[in-house]
Amino acid sequence: MMGEETMVGGVDTILAAGLNGTPYYIHWGWFQISASNLAVIVLMLLVFVLAVAVPFPGRRR
Amino acid sequence: MTATAGGSEKRSWTATVRRAGLRALPPEKLLPDEQPVYVASWVYVFGVLTVAALIIVIGSGVVLALKGPAWWHVSSVGLFLNSVHLWSVELFFFFMVVHLWAKFFMAAWRGRRAMTWVTGAVAFIVSIGAAFTGYLSQQNFASQWIASQAKDGLNSVGIGAFFNVLDFGQMFTWHVVLLPLGIVVVVLAHVLLVRKHGVVPPLPARDSVTAESGDAVGERDGR
Repeated sequence: MMGEETMVGGVDTILAAGLNGTPYYIHWGWFQISASNLAVIVLMLLVFVLAVAVPFPGRRR
Repeated sequence: MTATAGGSEKRSWTATVRRAGLRALPPEKLLPDEQPVYVASWVYVFGVLTVAALIIVIGSGVVLALKGPAWWHVSSVGLFLNSVHLWSVELFFFFMVVHLWAKFFMAAWRGRRAMTWVTGAVAFIVSIGAAFTGYLSQQNFASQWIASQAKDGLNSVGIGAFFNVLDFGQMFTWHVVLLPLGIVVVVLAHVLLVRKHGVVPPLPARDSVTAESGDAVGERDGR
């Protein structure tokens, strides 16, 4: 997808292995989701909770 | 001369549009220099973060469209811009979903803000189409796989006759012209509506302003 042919080694190889490998899927009965999609959803929930809970700098109350 | 000029200005459609625009969005509403105190919260920053990501998406997309697939698949700068385009889209959707959750849980359609909510929802739906056609425009095996799966999906819901997802030229045109234009127009309308009606207050604000007049509280809460 991102031009694997130019990735020759080092950090590129590590990133390529992480992003272009066989996706890992999680199953709960009929429900199935890739680990990467689940990670993004969990991260969004975490950011949402932090956005509500963490005080905004310079807020005057 | 002055009287004639004044009369013709009143009849001019451009003057009418300008007056209507100024009535709906006076400069102090269009470009405010202060916001209510409740806006000082992290949960209110995700709308502008979404717009910021959209600007990066469009900027990188313009360069990709000008240079073409042979460039973005091969050259190092092309690969970098391709990645910038992809990851700015990821952030665009990330911020937009958090923004959507925040506005849903604060019932952001209160206070005559229904069209603000609707334009936001439409922007979300059109963005999904833009992202989908973006995957189809990659020109690789992934895009071929996605196109063949989507073809069956679209046919199964009866709209396959309107889109040929196997036609790269058609999907690329949707991706680089029609859908971005739609997103920009809808997002612009969304932002202008936010400016017109103001940022929605959090739900508990109703109890904290009981000393205010009933009209003010009622208008804010959509009553």
